[in-house]
Amino acid sequence: MTDEVILLDFWPSPFGMRVRIALAEKGIKYEYKEEDLISNKSPLLLQMNPVHKKVPVLIHNGKPIAESLIAVQYIDEVWNDKSPLLPSDPYQRSQARFWADYVDKKIYEVGKNLWMKKGEEQEAAKKEFIEVIKLLEQELGDKTYFGGDKLGFVDVALIPFYTWFKGYETFGNINVEKESPKFIAWAKRCIKIESVSKSLPDQDKIYDFIVEIRKKIGIE
Amino acid sequence: MATNDLKLLGGWFSPFACRVQIALSIKGLDYENIVENLNSKSDLLLQSNPTYKKIPVLIHGDKTICESAIIVQYIDEVWKNNATSSILPSNAYAKAIARFWVSYIDDKFFNSLRYGLFAQDDESKKKYFDELEEVLLKLEEVFNKLSEGKGFFGGEKIGFIDIALGCYLSWLKVKEKFTGTKMFDEAKNPGLVKWAEAFSAHPAVKGILPETDKLVEYAIAMAQGLAAAATAAPK
Repeated sequence: MTDEVILLDFWPSPFGMRVRIALAEKGIKYEYKEEDLISNKSPLLLQMNPVHKKVPVLIHNGKPIAESLIAVQYIDEVWNDKSPLLPSDPYQRSQARFWADYVDKKIYEVGKNLWMKKGEEQEAAKKEFIEVIKLLEQELGDKTYFGGDKLGFVDVALIPFYTWFKGYETFGNINVEKESPKFIAWAKRCIKIESVSKSLPDQDKIYDFIVEIRKKIGIE
Repeated sequence: MATNDLKLLGGWFSPFACRVQIALSIKGLDYENIVENLNSKSDLLLQSNPTYKKIPVLIHGDKTICESAIIVQYIDEVWKNNATSSILPSNAYAKAIARFWVSYIDDKFFNSLRYGLFAQDDESKKKYFDELEEVLLKLEEVFNKLSEGKGFFGGEKIGFIDIALGCYLSWLKVKEKFTGTKMFDEAKNPGLVKWAEAFSAHPAVKGILPETDKLVEYAIAMAQGLAAAATAAPK
């Protein structure tokens, strides 16, 4: 029996990118459905994620799974024959979940304030963003990836935000490479991996997207 | 005797620490229960959870695990034992659904409850408590679907969602005392009313949820502290 896998997504969404990477790592064939979140959410999205009405939503044989990290864990558990994303040891798994959750709590909101806010709020966001990156850099240590020798759960959770860095750095007036060279080195290693590079848009495209949003919201 | 070398840095007032206690109780595990004073955090807590400096923290030998939902999953995976004491379902899709609702509860339910309880003005209070009512209607639906006529979100036995939501029951009782309205509307949430009774009476839960009066005192002190901080002169 062939599986039917559909991904409801929005091309600049870092959360959607996580699921794309996981599907690519596992070599899963799926149908990508682009949601236009700017104008109209599709009836399918509203049906499959009635609670949050957000992307990404993974639909496996008609059954929806919402929330990107939950979807990635689901993919890892169902397609467990290759490219494990979570470690097999329960303690290592708990650490991977902790850091992926940390990324969820910290990067998106703080990053948003870098390109959306000004003045004091932006300054506070700049300081916090660098602290977060430095802590993650510390957690990475000397490992090639957060997952060790190969891409793991935390790498998948974090690397999509790298596509937003040109935007964060330009509008936030920060230089991540200067503050955390090891972090940028990790990011560049990740995007060399095929499943990652084919799942992520260019930094330039995301930058243009941010410019457009800023115009729409009316930020100078 | 803590033969498994388990320590819990927690607090009787914390719904998150209670989750870990219930999980340990389900697995029949002994542990050293260390109650933290959040106004004066121990060195052990600050060292064990340098990222957030929050409870609960589970210390298992030389390993530390933080974040209650992550700790509960860790306990479930290490002490796999047998099917009768498993907390998360074994089916991958059912697991994803359980994780989804726990995440929803920690986001929507928790925030509406806590912001409502400690809101400084009546308008905000009403807004948050109205949101809470919506959330409870949703959870009633979820309970009816997932319990399949049995007593718990986990079916016949308590599971991940039961533990996550159940630990907030004492704080819902605090809301009852503060507002004078019952924690569940019996007409709108008959399922949750029954579920709350069954959960509180469950052998793995007995003695872990704090007594309402004690928690009310704690909540009043918290509210006073927050009000004082809000009216304090800016630095």
